[in-house]
Amino acid sequence: MYAYDEIDRTLVNERVSEFRDQVQRRLSGELTEDEFKMLRLQNGVYLQLHAYMFRVAIPYGTLASNQLRALAHVARKYDRGYGHFTTRQNIQFNWIKLSDLPDALADLAEVGIHAMQTSGNNMRNVTSDQWAGVAPGEIEDPRIWSELIRQHTTLHPEFSFLPRKFKIAITASDHDRAAIKVHDIGLRLIRNEKGETGFEVLVGGGLGRTPFIGKTIKHFVHGRDLLSYIEAILRVYNQYGRRDNIYKARIKILVHELGIEKFSREVEEEWQQIRYSSLQIDDEVIEDIRSRFIYPAYEKLPHMPDELRQAAADPEFEAWRKNSVAAHKNPGYSVVTISLKPIGAPPGDATAEQMDALADLADKYSFGEIRVGHEQNLALPHVAKRDLPALWKALDKLGLATPNVNLITDIIACPGLDYCSLANARSIPIAQELTRRFANHELANLIGRLHINISGCINACGHHHVGHIGILGVEKNGEEVYQITIGGRADENAALGTLIGPGVKFDEVADVVEDIVEAYLALRERPEELFMDTVKRLGVEPFKERVYATR
Amino acid sequence: MTSPLQQKLKITGPSVVTANRTWDGVVVYRTAAKGWSVELTDAAIVRNSDEAKALLAEAVADDVGAIGPYIAPVQVDDAGKILPGNLREQIRRDGVTIGLPV
Repeated sequence: MYAYDEIDRTLVNERVSEFRDQVQRRLSGELTEDEFKMLRLQNGVYLQLHAYMFRVAIPYGTLASNQLRALAHVARKYDRGYGHFTTRQNIQFNWIKLSDLPDALADLAEVGIHAMQTSGNNMRNVTSDQWAGVAPGEIEDPRIWSELIRQHTTLHPEFSFLPRKFKIAITASDHDRAAIKVHDIGLRLIRNEKGETGFEVLVGGGLGRTPFIGKTIKHFVHGRDLLSYIEAILRVYNQYGRRDNIYKARIKILVHELGIEKFSREVEEEWQQIRYSSLQIDDEVIEDIRSRFIYPAYEKLPHMPDELRQAAADPEFEAWRKNSVAAHKNPGYSVVTISLKPIGAPPGDATAEQMDALADLADKYSFGEIRVGHEQNLALPHVAKRDLPALWKALDKLGLATPNVNLITDIIACPGLDYCSLANARSIPIAQELTRRFANHELANLIGRLHINISGCINACGHHHVGHIGILGVEKNGEEVYQITIGGRADENAALGTLIGPGVKFDEVADVVEDIVEAYLALRERPEELFMDTVKRLGVEPFKERVYATR
Repeated sequence: MTSPLQQKLKITGPSVVTANRTWDGVVVYRTAAKGWSVELTDAAIVRNSDEAKALLAEAVADDVGAIGPYIAPVQVDDAGKILPGNLREQIRRDGVTIGLPV
């Protein structure tokens, strides 16, 4: 966990007072909506179909148990008793009243939570690997660098009025769990031949209306130069990025139109002017941030304790363990992913009661720490292996032990037309129906790793472009129509999916996905060949034929 | 951005002006009595672009009462009952189409 200092606490508290005054002036009519809109957006407040939506920042997806309890409190006191974890490691409340927002923010500020960097044309919440700091083989904890960027960019005037929003993600592992290739800037922590820590920097990735995979702009930027290099990229973007057309305003469009070579030359030129400035990071700064991350005092525990050995005889426990439990850098511990995808429920939602209970379990079993992953699941990052059976039983009682992590029912979905004012079609009911179709755990396991991502409009909050199966809802002649892509992925081999054919109606989507899965099971050469391997080997044609042969 | 009042309004059937109430965000409809109601059945119906523009102008002027007013299509059945004209408006009136977690 990162411990905020006095500067952070003051900033967060002042922000609450400021927003309280702004809300008061808005409600009295002193501020018009036109004047107020940007102010509310800078505090994470959107207007959705039925109500205001309040997006709260969870920097790099790390939460302390008392913070999760505060989120539960906000859900219970000011909303309708639940929250929705997002693909950028944040949480959203869907029913909050404007008049209650200052109080909600004040309650969150008591535990160091705020809503800065969750909206507006500024630098957004820096995201990272939800297993940061505990993943075996990691170069180092990427959250140290995420925090550095957070501190530098929060309310930075130069980054507060960018042409469009700007998102950075960081990973420090070979396997990318942070989807860095589909971010405006993706950072991969590496070491050079001298053993120095630095970053491969990617730029111009993104989804939405015009998706692009990020391109490497520099193979190695030393850690001490990270801020100056990022700032150089942002300055070029600020100078040349389009402000006349919202659909062409993201940096990915600029990189695409200039070409990566010209864009990188511009950045290099800018960088050389600011590289040896106050933006160069002293080691002491990094060490100070590092020192404020509090790591657990791990015990030396057995790799295979008796409790785990005995529990392995229970097939239900084993089914959960195989999909939910991952290796930890300390052999006596595990990382436990908690599925927020129960069969038939909206993906990513958690009730206030579940959040409170999870906070208690984090205190008991994970040194009080919880993580949020971009796949809309949570994780307990430091669970002793001897505690896994007890944790599983406790999670099961809460409805949080669905053994489907990384399986076909572990679906990413945006809120869609049920909540979102931008959406053209519903996402959640599609996800719910799919989880019911593939509810049989043996079938889901037989299928193996398969990610379905669903978006209710072209803005792609559900990351449909990078779903193994992607589903995009559009509106055609007043009806919801869904376009299906296959072959997308968001990891280190990120790729955009390929459209398989004409859109299908709401009621047909689950049938089409079933057809695709049946085709895969028939076409795969062996059980170990994953869906994505089969698509890579055969292309989309056999799937297309199967889907449209009878339609 | 073009003001809603300057936009061309193409009305193809009966329509209402809807928005979200400022203090709590709840869906509201502009009434003939120059107020807002949470009931679609209370909404003032407009049937041509001049009527729509006038109703919208009145709604926009009440910035403290509600935000983001726009023209939404409706259907009026034989008994005169007003119904949402599309799925989006149906969801805004009736709420989400899914069961809430609590």
